Amino acid sequence: MVTGSAVSAGIVLSHLSKSYGTVRAVRDVDLMIAPGETVALLGPNGAGKSTTIDMILGLSRPDSGSVSLFGMSPAEAVAAGVVGGMLQTGSLIEHLTVRELVDMVASLYPRPLKVDDALQLAGAGEFAGRPTTKLSGGQAQRVRFAVAMVANPDLLLLDEPTAALDVEGRREFWASMRAVAARGTTVIFATHYLEEADAFADRIVLLTRGRVVADGPATEVKARVGGKTIRATLPLAGLAQLAALPGVLSADRHGDTVILAASNAETALRALLTEFADIQDIEVRGAGLEEAFLELTADGDDVSAPEEALR
Amino acid sequence: MSSTYVRYEILRNIRNWRFVIFAVLWPLTLYFIVGGTNRHAAFEGTAFPLYFMAAMTAVGTMTGVVAGGARIAVERQAGWTRQLRITPMRARSYFSAKLLCGYLMALLTIVVLCLSGTILGVRLSAGAWATLIGLVLVGLIPFAVMGILFGHLLNSDSLTPAVGGLTTVFALLGGAYGFEIATSGVMHDVIKGLPSYWLVQAGKTALGGGTWPAEGWLVIAAWTAVLVPLAVLAYRRDTGRA
Repeated sequence: MVTGSAVSAGIVLSHLSKSYGTVRAVRDVDLMIAPGETVALLGPNGAGKSTTIDMILGLSRPDSGSVSLFGMSPAEAVAAGVVGGMLQTGSLIEHLTVRELVDMVASLYPRPLKVDDALQLAGAGEFAGRPTTKLSGGQAQRVRFAVAMVANPDLLLLDEPTAALDVEGRREFWASMRAVAARGTTVIFATHYLEEADAFADRIVLLTRGRVVADGPATEVKARVGGKTIRATLPLAGLAQLAALPGVLSADRHGDTVILAASNAETALRALLTEFADIQDIEVRGAGLEEAFLELTADGDDVSAPEEALR
Repeated sequence: MSSTYVRYEILRNIRNWRFVIFAVLWPLTLYFIVGGTNRHAAFEGTAFPLYFMAAMTAVGTMTGVVAGGARIAVERQAGWTRQLRITPMRARSYFSAKLLCGYLMALLTIVVLCLSGTILGVRLSAGAWATLIGLVLVGLIPFAVMGILFGHLLNSDSLTPAVGGLTTVFALLGGAYGFEIATSGVMHDVIKGLPSYWLVQAGKTALGGGTWPAEGWLVIAAWTAVLVPLAVLAYRRDTGRA
């Protein structure tokens, strides 16, 4: 848990809300992030990840609620040069080499990294002399990462940083990111890949339809959303009894059918078959992330919108 | 404003060959072709090489500052302006850098064309040169603002035709291509209401040793006064800042 002084020094989002027309993109989001933490904002498209990141960066203004970055407003923190960001929609400007571009951006910050250090950290050193327009997708992404890192930020925000990358590119990107996190930089990144969030973040904040539906250590959240759903016909079993079975997270009932969210389907099935001899029609399904998100949000009356509408 | 940042902005402009062609090479070539063949002619009481020198300077610098500002459209579309908004650089510095670069490029055009003018026999006193250059720099203000306005209204597809078309119309009507659409009547009054007319007139004015009449200053001021709030409005609409 974060201490009182760390709260004032870290990142605090309180009752953050933002609507675009009738779409409530972010709803009453409360988060406290301690300095040095690496946090994944995990959620499907339209969950409000980008909107949240834009508000943290001061690129869009919340309808209500507030953002505090190390005790400063987003505008103050940006002006102080303590924030670095890799936005989702960002291509590189032309007529410059990679090194020149990073140097140009570095000149805007009060205490930037050395250009070569930033290039190296981002794995862009090899093609530093190449024009920004003559790069592969993966290389351009590394340059954007170097642009964010040359700020030498205390807080780094990454909005779906690996969206345009192939598997190999992803692996390399996260290897670079580990080096950044090791420097003590607070990192917040948005992703819709559970594996990425789990592999890289200390903590996962699960967003669905603009709301935080789970927040905790990566392993815990992964167990909740990365598990299996077991359905079976079992008229007489009590829900409390089912939920208490090993490997079962929660239990629900629709008529004669029970629906169990299992963190460990094998253990749960073994226990089910042992304790309930009359169990029938067993169905085990890998809860897809999308599905898991939907199950975690009880209310179905929300306006959900494609991500495009939220940008 | 960071000088390193401005240096790279200038570098980007110079490396943009399209920009260099339209802002420098095109008026320079026209100047030698048309000005060279009419070397001893007079136009409206002014030696043609002088008139056309000012006219081609107007064309090149106008294109330069409008296109320079309008490049914002490309940076906006690429998401680069959003990236810059999360740096400590203020919006004001971003625009200042763009304006400064536009003006430095304009200065390059001015120097190149004035040197060419001397090759074709233009002789002015030091004071007249200074007045000429000074008037061109002032006359460019509304065009520089127009560039920034375009930068927020256009996208990169409509950019080139819009900038090319509009500067050509301004140049043609302003008399930059060596003929005036109308020398009297309502049309002439309309033309005298254009900032490009006064840019072109800078050469003739400088020869006389004076500056623009009050009318000229008024036209430049009025266009600037109208365009600045429009550019601010377009910027705010674009970034969602109230």
